Amino acid sequence: MEKVRVLSGNEAVAYGALAAGVRFFAGYPITPSSEIAEMLSELLPRMGGKFIQMEDELASMGAIVGASLAGLNSMTATSGPGFSLMQENIGYAFMTEVPCVIVNVQRGGPSTGLPTKPSQGDIMQVRWGTHGDRNAIALCPWSVRETYDFTIDCVNLSNRYRLPVVLLLDEVIAHMREKVALPSFEEVKRVERKRPTCPPQEYFPYQITEDDVPPMANFGEGYRYHVTGLTHDPTGFPTSDAEEIDRVVRRLYGKIERYQGEIIRVKEEYLEDAEILVFAYGSVARSAINAVREARARGIKVGLLRPLSLWPFPDQHISHLLDQLRAIIVPEMNLGQMIGEVRRVSCGRVKTVGVTRVDGELITPDEILTAIEGEVR
Amino acid sequence: MGSQLEYLRLDKFPTVWCAGCGIGIIMGSIIRVVDKLKVNPDKVVIVSGIGCSGRMPGYLDFNTLHTTHGRALTFASGLKLANSSLEIIVVMGDGDAMAIGGNHLIHAARRNVNLTAIIVNNWIYGMTGGQYSPTTPQGAFASTAPYGNLEPPFEVPELARGSGASYVARGTVYHTTQLDRLIEGGMKKQGFALVEVISPCPVGFGRRNQMRSAVAMMRWQKNHAVSRKRASKMSEEELKDKIITGVFFEREAPEYTREYEKLINKAKEKGEIEGELKEIVEGELKEIVEGERE
Repeated sequence: MEKVRVLSGNEAVAYGALAAGVRFFAGYPITPSSEIAEMLSELLPRMGGKFIQMEDELASMGAIVGASLAGLNSMTATSGPGFSLMQENIGYAFMTEVPCVIVNVQRGGPSTGLPTKPSQGDIMQVRWGTHGDRNAIALCPWSVRETYDFTIDCVNLSNRYRLPVVLLLDEVIAHMREKVALPSFEEVKRVERKRPTCPPQEYFPYQITEDDVPPMANFGEGYRYHVTGLTHDPTGFPTSDAEEIDRVVRRLYGKIERYQGEIIRVKEEYLEDAEILVFAYGSVARSAINAVREARARGIKVGLLRPLSLWPFPDQHISHLLDQLRAIIVPEMNLGQMIGEVRRVSCGRVKTVGVTRVDGELITPDEILTAIEGEVR
Repeated sequence: MGSQLEYLRLDKFPTVWCAGCGIGIIMGSIIRVVDKLKVNPDKVVIVSGIGCSGRMPGYLDFNTLHTTHGRALTFASGLKLANSSLEIIVVMGDGDAMAIGGNHLIHAARRNVNLTAIIVNNWIYGMTGGQYSPTTPQGAFASTAPYGNLEPPFEVPELARGSGASYVARGTVYHTTQLDRLIEGGMKKQGFALVEVISPCPVGFGRRNQMRSAVAMMRWQKNHAVSRKRASKMSEEELKDKIITGVFFEREAPEYTREYEKLINKAKEKGEIEGELKEIVEGELKEIVEGERE
């Protein structure tokens, strides 16, 4: 049974986190994400969970990785400047396969930028922000209800694949209030981590498993093992063996590629006969669907492809459309980040058109409509 | 446990440490104290940052966590708050704890999280080749201080005390009996305990500073360490090149994770919505629907 209420995106994150079983939050105040920390500081202790305000974002990431190693579903929330600081230990969580969720409410950048205005400027930082070859999962909701659902999904994905997972909001989604219907508590699906079943002396924290996701033991439960950000072998200890190094780096990177069929999700609207495609995500997709509907009303064959998961990128959902398309329009609140991925997939076979804004204002339906009409022969 | 060797991962030996390094002696102290206090090894967590000291966890058969440079205390704080039954020892170098991790050190001390932090102070960045650190003595030479170090060093015990630590001590690796006692005091303390250990680095520090051999560096410790008691009777001039050792400061203060348990009890008493998430979500709903939300 679903119940109706009015919530903001940030509130939906806090409730979604509790519903998903998050019991540890460490964060540092930053606009426009602070409401998430404020709510969880009140609600987590009432659940027996823990909230701590750390001295900075470096520490926040360290604390959630530590708490996750003790077995708690752990989360932090931030915005661009804090997300930059978190990159170090996001890389650590990836390398050591410690599940955790990072919520990034995007604001204008670069640097301190525009604290209270929306942006989609962190798209590539999510994917490439840390040093080394790292793969990423990031979900991007366009509504409050999706924010609630995706928060739960991020926790589940992080537990399922033993990875840091990013929930990417923008300031509009975070602060927008919507009437939402939430599923009842019983309907929430929670994915637990795979636990070791072997005796401690036979446990190897990074053993090669058929599914590429090794079972994870909690610190303090008798499985005494080593965790290091150094390149390690299946026993968890540092290695300089070229073959072992190659194997672990490729397994970590390949884990997401292997399961991308389960991770990638898109929403398709009016695609059957579309000759023009609008590719849009987050709050911009809300303008895009309005523009598409208006263009349809004017007889233009245009559709919307909305990636719900930005990373891994939904290559195949674009590539199978290429034969029917003559243009892809990519509106985004940055100077053209996702359009690069769209161009990579379309390989020059279809014209790509960017609609960009970096002035802290939303892209309007009219701006997208104008771009659509510009592609009508 | 029978032999204390059982606390070691002997298959990982030999260690990466240079001949004459003091870190192994500190590792020995930790083992002796864990053994003496009969702490269940399954509950012991050794957390480290990056550098020579960062490698210690790899050789110890506990739950071991080799984190990022300077961040060991943040991981340790998360672990301790998530599971307060863990006995957590954090091993850091001087650059690790005092430079890149300085902010985390003062805040972990201020919160008074029940952790035992051990700073291996060898006055230098050893692993990267002997660059000067925030504890390198003024005037000493380093690979990045070819004309002598301009910067005054941190006085670690003063910093820890000023930050709110519950227990602050300093020892040397030469005086191992005392070191065992100081680490034991730290582990027994309910609250943030910091033990600074002066440790020789003949390769990174000694050879640029007229102490080329490990023996010379150990002899320096022997000749320059002065107990707090003896130091109290010495003049400032006499203490100029001395290392004062012993327990600098100790106090009883509310410990963070215990206080957090109290906070949880208080939060649970807060209203009609207790415990279950279901009730929180639906309770919130009721308030909104009825328009009573403040």
